[in-house]
Amino acid sequence: MSTVTKFLTRTRGRRRLHVTDVLTYAYLLFGVLLMFGPVVWLALSSFKTQAALVEFPPSFLPFSQQTAPVEGFDKPLPLYDVTMEDGSVVRLAQVRRIGLEAQLVDPAAPGEIIKVHADQRQEVRSIQFAWRNYTEPLEQFNFLTYLRNSVVVTVTATLITLIINSMAAFALSKYEFKGRNTIFIIIISTLMIPISVILVPVFLVIAKIGWVNNLWGVIIPGAATPTGVFLLRQYMLTLPDELLASARIDGASEWRIYWQIVLPLAAPALAVLAIFSVMWRWNDFLWPLIVLSRTELFTLQVGLNAFQGELQIQWHFVLAMTVLTLLPITFVFAFLQRYITTGIATTGIK
Amino acid sequence: MSKPGPVGERAKSTPLLSRLFSGLFSLVMNTLGLILEPLQNRIGVQRMAYIFLLPNLLIFGIFVLFPMALNFYYAFTTGTALFPQDRTFSGAQNYQLLFDCDNFLDPNSCNEDRFWRAVFNTFTFVIFQVGGMVLFSLVTALVLNRKIRARGFFRSVYFYPVLLSPVVVALLWKWILQRDGVLNALLVALGGERIVFLLDARWAMFWAIFITIWAHMGFYTLILLAGLQAIPKELYDAGSIDGAGDWQAFRNITMPLLMPSMLVVLVLGLIRAVQTFDEVFVLTGGGPGTATQLIVQYIYTTGFASQIQRFGLAASASVVLGIALLIFTLIQLRLGRSSEAV
Repeated sequence: MSTVTKFLTRTRGRRRLHVTDVLTYAYLLFGVLLMFGPVVWLALSSFKTQAALVEFPPSFLPFSQQTAPVEGFDKPLPLYDVTMEDGSVVRLAQVRRIGLEAQLVDPAAPGEIIKVHADQRQEVRSIQFAWRNYTEPLEQFNFLTYLRNSVVVTVTATLITLIINSMAAFALSKYEFKGRNTIFIIIISTLMIPISVILVPVFLVIAKIGWVNNLWGVIIPGAATPTGVFLLRQYMLTLPDELLASARIDGASEWRIYWQIVLPLAAPALAVLAIFSVMWRWNDFLWPLIVLSRTELFTLQVGLNAFQGELQIQWHFVLAMTVLTLLPITFVFAFLQRYITTGIATTGIK
Repeated sequence: MSKPGPVGERAKSTPLLSRLFSGLFSLVMNTLGLILEPLQNRIGVQRMAYIFLLPNLLIFGIFVLFPMALNFYYAFTTGTALFPQDRTFSGAQNYQLLFDCDNFLDPNSCNEDRFWRAVFNTFTFVIFQVGGMVLFSLVTALVLNRKIRARGFFRSVYFYPVLLSPVVVALLWKWILQRDGVLNALLVALGGERIVFLLDARWAMFWAIFITIWAHMGFYTLILLAGLQAIPKELYDAGSIDGAGDWQAFRNITMPLLMPSMLVVLVLGLIRAVQTFDEVFVLTGGGPGTATQLIVQYIYTTGFASQIQRFGLAASASVVLGIALLIFTLIQLRLGRSSEAV
C-alpha cells in the first residue's frame, strides 16, 4: 500500500533512487511502448509484401522471400537454400511444388530440373521494402484525389473559421450594442451540441442548398464554431481599448482597426484556433461520410474507411494509406506539440 | 490601397511565400474595406458590430439554430421524404415506436430493438470507457507530476494518439487485433489460443473501449496535470511539518484540490463518450451483430445508411441523445458552480 501511494504521490527531498522511482520509469516506458508501439508496428507492416503480411506469426521487420529472374520463366522465381544429398548447400529457384516434392532449377543453368524433398529446402529471406504498397495506390486508386479534397476542406474551412469567428469575437468584445450578451449566451449554449444530434435537419439544409456531394457542404456547416468565438473573445477582451480609440482618432475605419490592429494582436489565440481547426477538419469523419457519396469527392478519412470496408481488405494498400494519412499530423505534432499541449491545458478544449 | 499597411512594410525581410500571402491578405481586406467603409459612414461606428457579427451568425443560424428547431419537427413526422413539406405529421408516433417495450431491461421485448440495444451498448461503453479513462489519466498525471527526467517528452508521448484521426486509430488497432495479427502471435507465443477478437461480442466491446481510452486519455491527462501543477507546493510542506504521510497528503491535499479538474474530465469524458461513433464504427462496424452498435451509429444507420431512410425515427433518437447531453451539461454547470463555492 505504502509503495503504491509513494509511487502515485510526489517525492520530495529524496537522496537516492527509491523503488518507486523504478516503478515510475517502468510505467512511463510501458506508456511509450503502448502509445508509440502500434504506430511503429503499422509503419513497419506497411512495407511488407502481400505474402509477408499474411504470415503467422508475423516478423517484426519487413522480411520476405528473395526472388530471382530465371531465363525461360515469365515471373521471378522464389529462391531456396537446398541441402543436397552430399550435405552441400546450393541456392536454387523453385519452379513448382508437387506434394512433398519440390522442383527447382539453378538460376545460372536453368536447363536442368532438380527434384528434392520439400523439407530439404529453406527460404532465402531478406529485408525488402515493398514500395509498391505506396506507389500503386497512388496510381490505381483515388488516393491523390482524397488527399486533395482533404487539403481543400481543411485549408478553406480553417481560413473561413478564423475570419468569421474573429470578426464575431471582435464585435462581441469591443462594442457595446443591444443584444450583445444575448447573442453571446446563445452561441455559448450550443458549445455542447454536437453535429450528431442534428444530423437530419442539417442534411436537409445542405440538400436544399444543393450541397450534397459538394465539398462546400462539408466546409460551411462547422465554420461558425462556438469554441472559436469564445476563445477569441476572451483573448480580445484583454487587448486595451485605448488602442482602438487612438486608431479611431487617427481616422482608421472600423474594418481597418479589425484587420490591421486587432487581428495581428490576437495572433496567439488565432494560432491556437488554427491548430484546433486543422485537427478537427483533417480528422472529421461522420459528417463527410453523410454528405459525400461520390468517390471522387471523398476526403482521406472517408476514403480510408471505404478501402477497409471492402469484402477482402487489401491490407497492403490500407496500411500504406493509413501511414500516409497519419504523417502530416505526426509532423504537426513533432513541431507544434508544445503549443498544442499548453493550448489545451489553458483552454480545456479540443 | 494607397496606404501600405504594417503587414506590407514588414514584408521586406520575410520569405517570398509569406510576402505573397500577406500581400494577398491585405489586397482582400482592402477590397472589402472599399465596401465596408462607405457602409460605416452611413450606419455609424457602433452599428458596425452587427456587420462583424453577420457572417458568423448567418452560418450559425442556418446550420445550427434552425436545424435544432427543425429537429423537433422531424421527430414528430413520418415517411421517407427528406423535405419537411412532403412529410406527414404523425404526432408522438416515433417516440411510441422507440419506447414500445414490454420490458425496458430486455431489448428483445422492444419493437425497435436496435435502438434499445444501442442504448444498452452505449451505457456499457460509457461506464467502462469513462471510468477507465479517468483512472488511467489520473494515474498518468500523478506519475508525470513527480520529479522525473524528460517530463515534456513523456507528456507528449501520451498526447500523441489524441491527434490521430479516429479512422487511423481504428485501422491501426484492427490490424493489430486481426486473426493473424501481432497480438494473436503474442498469445500463441505465450502458449495461448488464437482469439478472433472482433468477432466475439465481449472482446469487441472490450477493444472498442480500450482503443477509445488509448486515443483520448492524453487529453484528459493534460487537464489533470495542469490541475496538479496548480496546487501550491507550500501545502505539502506544511502537511509534512504537521506529520502527514504520503497517503494522508494525497487524500487530504491532492484529491480535494484536484476535484474541480476531475469534474471537468469526468463531464467532458461523459459528453464525448456518449457521442462516440467514428472509432467503433470503423473498428467493428457495430458488430458482431449489433454487439458494439452505439446510439450515434443507430441514428446514422436509421437516417442515412439503410435502404429505407427513416429520418423521423433518426431525429427522434437524436432528440433523446440531445436530452442526455443536456442533462450532463447541466450537471457540469451545477457542479462547476458548487465547486467554485468551496
